[in-house]
Amino acid sequence: MISVQTHDFDMATEYHALLTNTDSTINSADGAVVTFVGLVRDYNQGNHVQGLTLEHYPGMTEKALEDIVLNARAKWPLGKVRVIHRVGQLNLSDQIVFVGVTSKHREAAFEAAQFIMDFLKNRAPFWKKENTDLGTRWVEAEVKDEIAQQRWD
Amino acid sequence: MIKVLFFAQLRESLSCAELSINLNDPKFASTLKSAFTLEQLREQLANTDETWQLNMQNGKLLMAVNQTIVNGEHILQDGDEVAFFPPVTGG
Repeated sequence: MISVQTHDFDMATEYHALLTNTDSTINSADGAVVTFVGLVRDYNQGNHVQGLTLEHYPGMTEKALEDIVLNARAKWPLGKVRVIHRVGQLNLSDQIVFVGVTSKHREAAFEAAQFIMDFLKNRAPFWKKENTDLGTRWVEAEVKDEIAQQRWD
Repeated sequence: MIKVLFFAQLRESLSCAELSINLNDPKFASTLKSAFTLEQLREQLANTDETWQLNMQNGKLLMAVNQTIVNGEHILQDGDEVAFFPPVTGG
C-alpha cells in the first residue's frame, strides 16, 4: 500500500499492520520484517538545516511508487509492502519516509527494502527545498543515489 | 490541447506551473507535418525567451508524459499531460 500525505505516521502502528492480513488474521506466513524510516537531518550539502518543504507531482508520485513496488515484487517473494512519503513543511528530525517489507526469509526483505528506497530516491517525483542558515535552497540530486540504484541493473 | 506542467526550481525559475498548448497553433504548423515529439516541444518552449532557453536546455531535466518518465523521442498526442522537472530529491 502506498500513501503520500502531509501528516506524520506511527512506526508501531505500521509494524503491526505489516503483521496483520487484510482479513485481520495474523500474518504467520512471513518470518521477516524490515522497516526503514528516513528523517530530516540537521546538516546537508555543507549547511546547517532548520527544516524543509517537500514538493511532489500529485498523481505521478503514487504511480511511480506503485511501479517501484511492483518491480520489487517481481524480483523477490514478498508478503506485505508499505510505503509512506510525507509532503509539505517538515522540521528537524521529522519522519519523511517509511518503507516496510515482509517476506518468508530475511534476505528478500532486506534487499527489497533497499531496492525500494534506491529507486524512490531516483524515480519518484519529490523535491526538497531546505531552510538553511544561508536561506532557502533546492536540494541537489546526488550522484551517490544514482550509483546506489545502478547496483540493481 | 496538451497540458504542460513544471515543478520545483524549474517552476520557480520560469514563474510558470502549468501551460496549455494547442497543437493546432500556427507556430507548430511546420513540425506537425510529421509526428510531434517531446523533444520538439522542449525546443519550442526553449525558444520563448532567454529565461526559457536557459532553463529548458538544461540537460539534467527529466520529462514525463502521462505521469511516466520518457525520453525526447516520445511522440505526443492530443490530450497528453507532459511534465518537465529537475532530478528528484525525495526520500
